[in-house]
Amino acid sequence: MIEFESPKPIVQQSNVLETVAVNMMRPVSRYFDDHEHEIPWDYINFMHMAMRATGAGSLAPREEKKPKEPGKERPRIGYQMLAFMLEMLSWGDVGLYLVTPGGGLGAAAVEAAGTPEQKQKFLARFREEKPAFGAMAMTEPQAGSDTSMIRATAVLDKETNEWVLNGEKIFVTGGHKSLLEGNGIVVVWATIDPKAGRAGMRSFVVEANTPGVSVTKLEHKMGIRASDTASIVLQDARVPFDHILGSPEVIVEKTTTGFKGAMATFDATRPLVAATGIGVARATLELVKELLEKEGVVIRYGLPRQKLTSIERDIIDMEVMLRSAWLLIIKAVWMADTGKPNSLEASMAKVRAGDVVTKITQKALEIMGPVGYSRDLLLEKWFRDAKITDIYEGTGQINRLVVARQILGYRGSELR
Amino acid sequence: MYSFEPTDEQKMLIDAIKRYATGDLRAAAHDADEDGELKPALIEKGWELGVLQASIPEDFGGFGEYSALNGVLAAEEMAWGDLAGAMAVMTPALFAVPLLLGGTDEQKQEYLPPLAEAEWQPYTAALIEERYDFDATDLATVAVEDGDDYLISGAKAYVPFANESVGMLVYARLGDQTQAFIFPKDSAGVTVGERQKLLGINALPLYRVQFEGVRVPKANRLGGAEGHPIEPILATAYLANAAMALGVSRAAFEYSRDYAKDRDAFGVKVAQKQAIAFMLAEMATEIEAIRLLLWEAAWMLDNGKEGAFKQAYLAHIGAMDMVVMVTDRAVQILGGHGYIREHPVEMWLRNGRGIATFAGLAMV
Repeated sequence: MIEFESPKPIVQQSNVLETVAVNMMRPVSRYFDDHEHEIPWDYINFMHMAMRATGAGSLAPREEKKPKEPGKERPRIGYQMLAFMLEMLSWGDVGLYLVTPGGGLGAAAVEAAGTPEQKQKFLARFREEKPAFGAMAMTEPQAGSDTSMIRATAVLDKETNEWVLNGEKIFVTGGHKSLLEGNGIVVVWATIDPKAGRAGMRSFVVEANTPGVSVTKLEHKMGIRASDTASIVLQDARVPFDHILGSPEVIVEKTTTGFKGAMATFDATRPLVAATGIGVARATLELVKELLEKEGVVIRYGLPRQKLTSIERDIIDMEVMLRSAWLLIIKAVWMADTGKPNSLEASMAKVRAGDVVTKITQKALEIMGPVGYSRDLLLEKWFRDAKITDIYEGTGQINRLVVARQILGYRGSELR
Repeated sequence: MYSFEPTDEQKMLIDAIKRYATGDLRAAAHDADEDGELKPALIEKGWELGVLQASIPEDFGGFGEYSALNGVLAAEEMAWGDLAGAMAVMTPALFAVPLLLGGTDEQKQEYLPPLAEAEWQPYTAALIEERYDFDATDLATVAVEDGDDYLISGAKAYVPFANESVGMLVYARLGDQTQAFIFPKDSAGVTVGERQKLLGINALPLYRVQFEGVRVPKANRLGGAEGHPIEPILATAYLANAAMALGVSRAAFEYSRDYAKDRDAFGVKVAQKQAIAFMLAEMATEIEAIRLLLWEAAWMLDNGKEGAFKQAYLAHIGAMDMVVMVTDRAVQILGGHGYIREHPVEMWLRNGRGIATFAGLAMV
């Protein structure tokens, strides 16, 4: 059955989060953009308290539930809830959303590739009294989209049964807060065999306060300034054996199973990152329409293009882009919820969202002219915030490669 | 709930149409386009799939109920085979769907059973007028009251099968609204012109038609004395048009994808070049995105959701851009071969360019 009805829990969640966005985020948007690297504790503490109380959106495992009565099982909508949550919070302010406690991409990686024991061990902390953060550390100075160039190493010390990590990671979203503000985690990518390329790639959970791990730099960015982007150096940092994500057996085989398993994280996170872009795009489009309405500009839906003004055409095109991109995301997370393989749809959603949020925010400034370019409004900020959507969690080009390989039935070696 | 899985019944419908679209419409498309002609047996076979009949309730000669969603699923699949052929098979819907959406029970009772219970017949409709800024909500064809009748005057174009029509719905301005009128057979004052020659959909016979004070009883106004809202009818026209665009786009995407995987250049398949692979990735993404927009609009219409008209309009706008982007790239991917009429992609580009003009030429 093809259906487009928002489930009740999502509608309720959206109502609550809209209040949060309007009252807790928008009023401080400009301040935290102007004061890069200042931590928005009011927002963080409020969200932590609220999420602990409701369990909403947290990737931390829920309390054990009583066994359900047979036949009463409801369809899973966890990823759909998350997509709607991220969209709404990013509509409030995407920079602030990125500092929401609850584990972020680090927890998502554990959720996607960890064993039940690992999920319990690494995710329970996000339900504790004090807020904690999670991050994913993949990029290195010489290795961006090409993750096979990663040089960070993990060597097993057989005597202590510990992994010894060495290397430098950059562009770690939330890396500072994950390691230095509370009991967080960073999922670090490293190779267990530098000669093996991707087959040697694994991810490891590094907890806050691990000796040998230091934050060496905070980047100054075009946008999403409320969110810290850290450089992390690992010098003989030791983590217990069971901090490797995925089954330890594959290590022996040196297959790419571990790498693929970790890559599966992206199938879950790409639509979610896309959703954050859509939040920014929707905020922008709504404000532009509101400003135009005040100027007496009415959008006449239903006319042939030939009769529309240039502004009407732009707005209508933006609405087409926004809605169609959002529906791709919903389909991708619906597939995740229903256990359907969604690599293709996840990357399509990311491609489209990256495209439309940049186009919509860029066009908005053109339409609003001197008003849009001014820092009096948030349009110029959203223009800066938007651009990262097409870059992180796989650039638009990497995601096009993923889509192309899927539709062509090519392996990575056949379409480089 | 959200769900993107067609029902088993819908899957069966799609499968049945796919067989027809592959074995009949697609197989005949090239010659039909060159000759400007569709074989009656081909149209009849498509009619017998019963897509329209399944939209008409039993009381009015059909065997189902109206569903815009079923309609767009069917229209995409049929247009995948051939746009002109699909439009020909679906031409009676131009008459029947507005009746379903806006007709009185008496009108449905009088006109629908003879349409639904027989073989395919040239029931048609006249909406489009030939000017650059044609607007279905601002028609030049007018209806004026004259006693118990309306007198209708104006010039229409792109009227399918007008020369042999057995029933025609004509749209005209009445006061400040667009209304549809059921023309009695052999009305005086109707002049069907020469068949039109166009850039594409060459196999579909389209005509200019002149109306000079055509007398139509007031009872023949769609919806009776009160008339009918025009938005639902325009919405279904947008949906059908967008669904057709999807079918054409998917055909072009699949064809150029397969070609690119087969064609060698510089020691690899051309699909292995990012310049080509990225084009294909964007085409596939565009098609999937617009399909979801269309499905949502159809679902909104079927469920009486507010904003369904706007959503259908957005789907139509999105689809008209999609189909030109996708079909143009399909030709580009085939290079010189794409420009040769032995391959269907140049026809799809010609047909696809028409989508911006064709709103009202198909309904679901």
